[in-house]
Amino acid sequence: MQIRQQGRQTWLFDGPLGIIGQAAVAGPREGQGPLAADFDQIFDNLRLKQDSFEKSEQKMGERAARAAIAKAGLTPDEVDVFFAGDLINQITPSGFTARSIGIPFFGLFSACSTATEALSLASLCVASGAARRALALASSHTCTAERQFRYPNEYGSQKPPYSQVTATAAGAALVAAEPAAVKVSAVTVGRVCDERISDPFQMGAAMAPAFADTVQAHFRERGVDVDYYDLVLSGDLGRVGQAIAQDLLQLQGLSLAQEQLADCGLLLYGGDKRVFSGGSGCGCAAAVGFGHIYRRISQGELRRVLLCATGALLSPVANQQKESIPAICHAVALERGE
Amino acid sequence: MAGKPQAAAWYQVIVQRHTPPKKLARNCLTAFIGGGALCALAQAALFSLMHFADMAEKDASTVVLTGVIFLTALCTGLGIYDHAGQKLGAGLAVPISGFANSVAASMMEHRSEGYVLGSGCNSFKLAGAVVVFGIISAFGVALILMFLGKI
Repeated sequence: MQIRQQGRQTWLFDGPLGIIGQAAVAGPREGQGPLAADFDQIFDNLRLKQDSFEKSEQKMGERAARAAIAKAGLTPDEVDVFFAGDLINQITPSGFTARSIGIPFFGLFSACSTATEALSLASLCVASGAARRALALASSHTCTAERQFRYPNEYGSQKPPYSQVTATAAGAALVAAEPAAVKVSAVTVGRVCDERISDPFQMGAAMAPAFADTVQAHFRERGVDVDYYDLVLSGDLGRVGQAIAQDLLQLQGLSLAQEQLADCGLLLYGGDKRVFSGGSGCGCAAAVGFGHIYRRISQGELRRVLLCATGALLSPVANQQKESIPAICHAVALERGE
Repeated sequence: MAGKPQAAAWYQVIVQRHTPPKKLARNCLTAFIGGGALCALAQAALFSLMHFADMAEKDASTVVLTGVIFLTALCTGLGIYDHAGQKLGAGLAVPISGFANSVAASMMEHRSEGYVLGSGCNSFKLAGAVVVFGIISAFGVALILMFLGKI
């Protein structure tokens, strides 16, 4: 197992770096969507029998983490390091999950790009020999995120048609230096991009430049052809952000075919109008990437996918202080293993 | 205080091209009809109380306002109000129902942090601004009227 830096932002993994276990869990609305069959567990209500939504989110993440480990035929004791993040202040659901499963833990905050940040770092740990097995987890819950970033859940405000809705979902992936159906072949670390969008409902427009920047860097530094990937999957740009991202890529001279592009926030809900432009949240890219995409690669429907989770690094305080919305995107290349 | 940052013109063009417009005319119309209907119902209730229950206008309006506040809080608690708010927008936000909803929603939201420090402390999280600036502007108006010798 070897890891190589290529260019400034890209890491290449030579040798088998397999996803030996994975799981995706989802809330009621996501469970009614087109990806229902790809979820290990679907919860029929948002509470999960907990007395706060924060606890519900923690339970959801923990279920995903435990399911991923169990599917690899392992116990938490056999996993050496755990990377996790969510959207809540001080990432408490991740911390509480780490407390309960007892794996040495790094907490992450990278907004909705946490799924690929966690998977990148888990891959790095295993490839460098720092850990035998590393677990990546990201979760989000619509009721905890909406209240933190927007208004109280029951407040009757009118959302604009370009807004997005936080997904109630979690995804976990367990990485080890052994052959598996799906392997991690490369990572491109994102830079923070800010095109000075300041409307917190315009997340897609805020994040699209970060997506384009990372995808450009990945193709340039890895030196692969434009048709190398079956799918270049953005995290959660939504319908609006995805259209903007396509324009940006073309403007910068990277002409990906229409059918090569997809967005986790759109895949998760199909055409559900109740989520406006599409889904968002850490759990969106995690559940779609580690659930749906993993399944399609392992079954041979797809060969290579560049999973590019996008995150908006805003806070309500920064927004009220009239800061614009910086965004980031980390890309992980998932390929069919041997 | 500095203004909000602006995206570069070229990026604004791309963003505008793909951003569905807010349906301003439709939103205004549904707000007018929805809010108008709410107010007409309340007015009908007021007249009914005055005529059939023989109440003075002042007493009847207190009863009607309390009723609207109660019904709003109930609908908020039942999870209906936020969906209606998405449809009717300002029609539900401008009347006193909007105020009641913002208090009830904030209290529900923070219930898990306790009755006092959670629901209690956060109840005027959104409505507080209305109270504060309402009092300040009332004071300003009263001051002007006083100088004009009307009070």
